Amino acid sequence: MIQKEMCTITNHQQIASNIFEMTLQGDIVLLMDEPGQFVHLKVSEGIDPLLRRPISISSVNKESRQFTIIYRVQGRGTALLSKKRTGDVVDVLGPLGNGFPLDETGPNETALLVGGGIGIPPLYELSCRLVSKGIKVVHVLGFASKDAVFYEEKFMKLGTTYIATADGSYGRKGLVTDVIETEGISFDTLYACGPIPMLKALEDKFPDKKVFISMEERMCCGIGACYACVCHTKFDKEGSSYKKVCSDGPVFRAGEVIL
Amino acid sequence: MNRLQVELPGLSLKNPIMPASGCFGFGREYSRLYDLNILGAIMIKATTPKPRLGNPLPRVAETEAGMLNSIGLQNPGLDKVMEEELPWLEKHCSVPIIANVAGFSEEDYVEVAGKISTAPNVRAIELNISCPNVKTGGIAFGTQPEVAHNLIRKVKKVSRVPVYVKLSPNVTNIVDIAKAVEAGGADGLTMINTLIGMKLDLKTAKPILANKTGGLSGPAIKPVAIRMIYEVSQQVSIPIIGMGGICCAEDVIEFLYAGASAVAIGSANFADPYICPSIIDRLPGLLDELGFNHITECIGRSWKTQ
Repeated sequence: MIQKEMCTITNHQQIASNIFEMTLQGDIVLLMDEPGQFVHLKVSEGIDPLLRRPISISSVNKESRQFTIIYRVQGRGTALLSKKRTGDVVDVLGPLGNGFPLDETGPNETALLVGGGIGIPPLYELSCRLVSKGIKVVHVLGFASKDAVFYEEKFMKLGTTYIATADGSYGRKGLVTDVIETEGISFDTLYACGPIPMLKALEDKFPDKKVFISMEERMCCGIGACYACVCHTKFDKEGSSYKKVCSDGPVFRAGEVIL
Repeated sequence: MNRLQVELPGLSLKNPIMPASGCFGFGREYSRLYDLNILGAIMIKATTPKPRLGNPLPRVAETEAGMLNSIGLQNPGLDKVMEEELPWLEKHCSVPIIANVAGFSEEDYVEVAGKISTAPNVRAIELNISCPNVKTGGIAFGTQPEVAHNLIRKVKKVSRVPVYVKLSPNVTNIVDIAKAVEAGGADGLTMINTLIGMKLDLKTAKPILANKTGGLSGPAIKPVAIRMIYEVSQQVSIPIIGMGGICCAEDVIEFLYAGASAVAIGSANFADPYICPSIIDRLPGLLDELGFNHITECIGRSWKTQ
């Protein structure tokens, strides 16, 4: 079920370079069941900017009716969002999309969670939920540089966590795929969210594994009506069949859509 | 008395509010948010003879108080719309459906209009001769008066329901096109489609949209729509369904003042998926504030002598 609600900001802070963490309160939290779903936010009142901003949910607390999002200030909309203060209200539409399947990993199995940059936040709620099911989690998180790193300690509390930076200013230097290889990480299920090249590299590297990827795309309505975020499917690369990232995804089984 | 009731060719509207074509799919997604029966009508997504995947991504770019899109008429094709989408709508709501008919040749328009107008819930068709996002067809039929005129005549022969023609604002003189369309036998006009625009990426210096250009919609184009409806409504005798950046009940009244008899809500559905119900709720109170008994009293008020 989808709901629109004016949620109140209970906490809002910068946690890394251009990265903000915002916690919101409202009944909409009670609908948030799948890690990997997203909310569609109005960043200001009125008609400009016109469109909502899709931002993934990074953690959910039903008891306190609060959920947290982590976003990067990237343009005018997110810059406006970053100016909001605790106590302000935000127009939230959600929860939208389909999340990561939890039941694809059995108890006592190992899940590898791989994230890149601003793709990392939804993996946090996913990791919490997997751990609560008795699943062993390993995280490999890639960032551009040291000042962009966030949530390292939070992920470490849940399981082994490797950090990689593209410029080598923190953790391992290089890509997340390099870390998986050099550390010889073995796993039963792989969950990933991040830039397309990263997702593609993971798909190519583990063709025989259970891999689930979450995609980002420019969105408009967020509910599947406008056809702004469609992608081709594996079985019909050029034809007229398609998937919508917002309502069929954003999580897909690897190979389901063309990256 | 229903103060919001509007009667148009083929369309008995309990209120003059309908979602615009392309902004509402075939209704399924929004039916999860509210009861579609509250709407005056629904303009469904453009339908072409064959399925179309549309243009490459990115297909949308936000602009100041508006947005550009170049979806490119993605749709499942005439057969699937007839077999799946229209029956689904008929099962789930009883509001009149206005089918947006698109194509790349006269034959395409004739084929889609002839067939889709036989569906029991399609009460009118909206002839899309103004899509700016396909290379052939579309807008090519909507910028030359004679070409538009001839197309309407052919479509009128096969359509079993009234034909509304969606006009493009990307013309030098929209009144000329409107008159040609009326002379061709159109039962009504819908206006305006999007304005052709472009947005460049600051880092790459290149257009953001893969199609380079796209159609500008949203509040940014509202003054253009108002001006064009004001001009056209004084020169034709067929009714106009107005659209172009409507975001609130006050905007609806402004469109009626300009000369529209009903309105369609487009991009605003993306900003607020509940925009149509909230406008419908607000209208009676606004009529009270403005001192009108019935919404039709607003139509053409900007130029009619009272």
